[in-house]
Amino acid sequence: MRYGDTDVLHEVSFQARAGEVLALLGPNGAGKSTTIEILEGFRLRSAGRVEVLGVDPAGADERWRARIGIVLQSWRDHGNWRVRELLEHQGAYYAPYGADRPWPVDDLLAAVGLTASARQKVRTLSGGQRRRLDVAIGLVGRPELLFLDEPTTGFDPAARREFHDLIAGLAADQQTTILLTTHDLPEAARLADRILILTAGRIVATGTPTDLTTSITAPHDVRYTLGVQQFQHQILDSTPFVQALFAQHGDAVQNLEVHRPTLEDAYLALVNGVQS
Amino acid sequence: MRTAVRAGLRRGWIEFRQSFTNGPELLGHFLWPALTIAGLFFLRDREFGGFTLGALILPSILGMNAAMGMVAVSQQLTADRGDGTLLRAKATPYGMVGYLVGKVVSVAGSVLVDLVIVLVPGLFIVGGLSVTAGGWLTLSWVLTLGLVATLPIGAVLGSVFTSAPAQGLIQLPMLGFIAISGIFYPITALPAWLEWLGQLTPIYWMGLGMRSALLPPETVAVEVGQSWRHLETAGVLGLWAVAGLLLAPVVLRRMARRESGSAVAARRERALRRSVG
Repeated sequence: MRYGDTDVLHEVSFQARAGEVLALLGPNGAGKSTTIEILEGFRLRSAGRVEVLGVDPAGADERWRARIGIVLQSWRDHGNWRVRELLEHQGAYYAPYGADRPWPVDDLLAAVGLTASARQKVRTLSGGQRRRLDVAIGLVGRPELLFLDEPTTGFDPAARREFHDLIAGLAADQQTTILLTTHDLPEAARLADRILILTAGRIVATGTPTDLTTSITAPHDVRYTLGVQQFQHQILDSTPFVQALFAQHGDAVQNLEVHRPTLEDAYLALVNGVQS
Repeated sequence: MRTAVRAGLRRGWIEFRQSFTNGPELLGHFLWPALTIAGLFFLRDREFGGFTLGALILPSILGMNAAMGMVAVSQQLTADRGDGTLLRAKATPYGMVGYLVGKVVSVAGSVLVDLVIVLVPGLFIVGGLSVTAGGWLTLSWVLTLGLVATLPIGAVLGSVFTSAPAQGLIQLPMLGFIAISGIFYPITALPAWLEWLGQLTPIYWMGLGMRSALLPPETVAVEVGQSWRHLETAGVLGLWAVAGLLLAPVVLRRMARRESGSAVAARRERALRRSVG
């Protein structure tokens, strides 16, 4: 993919299996949005091969479009529409594409937690409610593949937790394949089956969240107290260290904490490794 | 496709209804007609060429208002692109079809309602109008053909002039065209070259058609060639309709192709910066 003379994506090669949740991580300007927009069929690539649900998105028809769900970051569109009215309208377009389509509006409202706001005008919704409506619009056609571009920006912790449960449920119960981008690493660790890290237009790492955290050699952080004295150690392999600690001090060891590297540590190590 | 057209009709009806349930748009529906009627009230006794000026101007204004549906389409298209409405349509199967059908229905509906809002009180205030069955028939076909001629042009203007400031700028030539289209005084009073230019616009022909529908036959004396020129009216409006219907899908498709999430996000950033700075 190229803008003017600058290639913005190089050798970005990956596959998603049906029902898989794939997270695309990377710093701003890494090419995440460009990648997603090529897959959505909203942007033409300058080279390479892309297949989404067996079709090249650059030449895909409306039947293909009906199998894709896109969660757009809404701003102020449809402000005068009522929540229920807008969902019913958006759903109407999917009726010819299967008996179970669209997703019945009442069920969908309940699934995204907007039942109480069904009669409200869109512009009176809070940021978090609006985002949930965006998700509902993305889901109303029961897509086989769902694109989520930074879905929880602006969510409070409770809304974020509810949203995570919704997405996890979708992947598990409806077999929806999900491609999401996010800057929230705990979110990626919680939702994604597999993570791709994109930096400067290249994929620098891919794997499960556990694969990525174990792939970097970072010390574990071990803390404990002996009597009134506090101790903190950075140890590469914490398990033998803790065994030895108990062998030596027994019950005197109190308040033990062992912190392994998080996905965030792994992410920063991988991204900084590429940039330096 | 058929589903999308049906969804579009419903969409148009919802948007049309909404334009009567929120303050700013409601004001738009009634303020301009109210000013028009006030203006006509003061002109009701003025004379031009033996006819009352108010009677000549009322049908002309109805024609002009209907032609201004084109400006509404153009501005709404720009606004809908800016706020992501179009992108949502693009992400939906046959969503653009539904969007356009909806736009045509809601704008045409508004044009009709605005026409009634001016015409009904106007009939009572302005004397010298002649309302016949044949006149209503003429009014219907001129209005229908006029909308088919002007709404696609509005879609083209909305796709080509993409920013809100640019939309403001195209108002200026529009006012110029209104000035030379024989709406507020007969086109025959203009220099010959302006008279020609004015007769290229659909505004002139919609005004003429409305005058032919609502004025008594003897008023034809102030028109070009002392004729209502129905054939020419149908011809010119028909040409505009064909040109618009051929051009609009091409231009719209080109514009829609460039829409993406990041394009909308970039516009949002710019708008937020403008409102802060």
